[in-house]
Amino acid sequence: MAEENQNAKNGKRVGLLERVKSGVREDIDSLRTDLPAKAKEQIEHLKDPTKTQVYTSIFRHKHDDTPRNRALGVLSNVFLHLHPAKINRDAVRYSYTWGMGGITFYLFIVLTFTGVLLMFYYHPTKVQAFRDVLYLEHDVPFGKLLRNMHRWAAHLMVISVWLHMFRVFLTGSYKKPREFNWNIGVLLLVFTLLLSFTGYLLPDDQLGFWAVTVGTNMARATPLLGHEGPFGAQLGMTPYNDVRFGLLGGSIVDANALLRSYIWHCIGIPIVASVLMIVHFWRVRKDGGISGPAPVMLQSEVKDPK
Amino acid sequence: MDWRQLWDIVSAPDNVPIVALIPLLIFYIYLAGKQAKANDDLIGELEASPALAKTHHRKTWPFRPGWQKEVHVWPFLLRIEFLAAIIVTAILMVWSITLSAPLEEPSNPNLTMNPAKAPWYFLGLQEMLVYFDPWIAGVVMPTLIIIGLMVIPYIDTNPLGSGYYTWRQRKFAIGTFLFGFIILWVSMIIIGTFIRGPGWQWFWPGQTWDHNRLIYEVNRDLPDLFGITSNLGKAIFGAIVVGGFFIVGGLLVHALFRRYNPRDYKRMSFLQYNLMMIFLLTMVALPIKMLIRLLFHIKYVWITPWFNI
Repeated sequence: MAEENQNAKNGKRVGLLERVKSGVREDIDSLRTDLPAKAKEQIEHLKDPTKTQVYTSIFRHKHDDTPRNRALGVLSNVFLHLHPAKINRDAVRYSYTWGMGGITFYLFIVLTFTGVLLMFYYHPTKVQAFRDVLYLEHDVPFGKLLRNMHRWAAHLMVISVWLHMFRVFLTGSYKKPREFNWNIGVLLLVFTLLLSFTGYLLPDDQLGFWAVTVGTNMARATPLLGHEGPFGAQLGMTPYNDVRFGLLGGSIVDANALLRSYIWHCIGIPIVASVLMIVHFWRVRKDGGISGPAPVMLQSEVKDPK
Repeated sequence: MDWRQLWDIVSAPDNVPIVALIPLLIFYIYLAGKQAKANDDLIGELEASPALAKTHHRKTWPFRPGWQKEVHVWPFLLRIEFLAAIIVTAILMVWSITLSAPLEEPSNPNLTMNPAKAPWYFLGLQEMLVYFDPWIAGVVMPTLIIIGLMVIPYIDTNPLGSGYYTWRQRKFAIGTFLFGFIILWVSMIIIGTFIRGPGWQWFWPGQTWDHNRLIYEVNRDLPDLFGITSNLGKAIFGAIVVGGFFIVGGLLVHALFRRYNPRDYKRMSFLQYNLMMIFLLTMVALPIKMLIRLLFHIKYVWITPWFNI
């Protein structure tokens, strides 16, 4: 018991009870003094959440309004770093850019979001497809709004893609060094139309069925690869092996066509289009940002052709 | 005047996008034209006075020495993007609440829709089916449109007009694009949407769709007009006519192009010049074929055992 006696004063042995009592008193005292202090400190921190560890772990820079932080706010954010930190003062003018490329991308996001929600309610089979759309229209909460929004966003995206191409052409933005990116853009335009077209069949109603029937009937007439096209018959094309058969998964628009349409619409084309979009945005930056508004050039400043 | 019929077509939910596209196009053409005019005036001014050209900042927007040339993306660009996203969302919400997406009867292969129309953005191609066989209208033409768009940056050798609106410096390029996009593509979509009725027949706006209307039209083939009856004769004759179109048309374009676009002409390589010719003449062939059908009731000009044009 040598250690216990070290705690003793004036040779008096301190009992176990005494020691417990003093320990508890210390604990209670610390609760009364330390915790309010800590709570006060915590409240002080809450007044400035940007100093908390959670905040600093998420955002890699301070929030003070300095030019450096404004730049870092864009550069250190994975979604915003597509942008440079600074751009030409005139490049933000709506009259020049029309904003159609950005709107197209935003509509793609809206379509992905509403599309995924629609997929929860839809079976790409002849028995269920049309009933699923009726179910969406009448029973699913906000189902009608969801379907309408998907439909109208798709139409709006076609319009915004066209207007984007129109603006890029009128400003000569496809010229050196942006030739390649114009080509990516043309492919994206085609995939936008194909996305819209493959979605047309999915409700499995008369409108989609006949539109796709008319559309794919043209594939019969593909030169060389269609059974009714020039030189198709000579190359051994029949309704059962030509390019239309490959598109529909059969010789008529039926269950296989519905499934193929669904897979192209929901998986195949979105993946390809996403890859092309990545390249498209990347090249916008690599080719020197958006093309203008550039200072006007004069005929006399251009080297005359030989 | 059947207002009900007109309203049925204009207010069909799937036609609303094309109804919306027309004012949008008009607005943006106006916006581009206004800026092109301002830039062209500035270009004229600078060309007239080389001294000013040395000091001027070369834009129509105000700029003074000492002003910052660049602005921060946050907030000056991002606020516009967020605002655009909000506005588009609001438009979509209102549109989706007020107008329902069409849903017809369940698909039925035994009940043909009349007219069976493609989605509105493909109606230009469907309208082309009136004048061309499906292998041209549905396969070759779309392919050529895509490839034609893709070669544009490689055959447009004009270094001027990159990054600003102008008409004066790019008359040929812009004129050709407007012709292809507005005159051919958009107006054919408008015809396909608003004019074509049952049997893909021509119904003027406000004319009642008559599902039993028959039109007795005798379309002839061009070789018949010249009294050519043998298959071989028809094939050779058609080849001459089509080849002749490309040769005579090519010569005409050549004569005009080298006179009015001498700089572009000199800059273009052999390959660039030929590509431009092929795509331009093919594009022009479309309205020409439409005209000879509408004016002279000619169906085919070139008849072979394998294909007809």
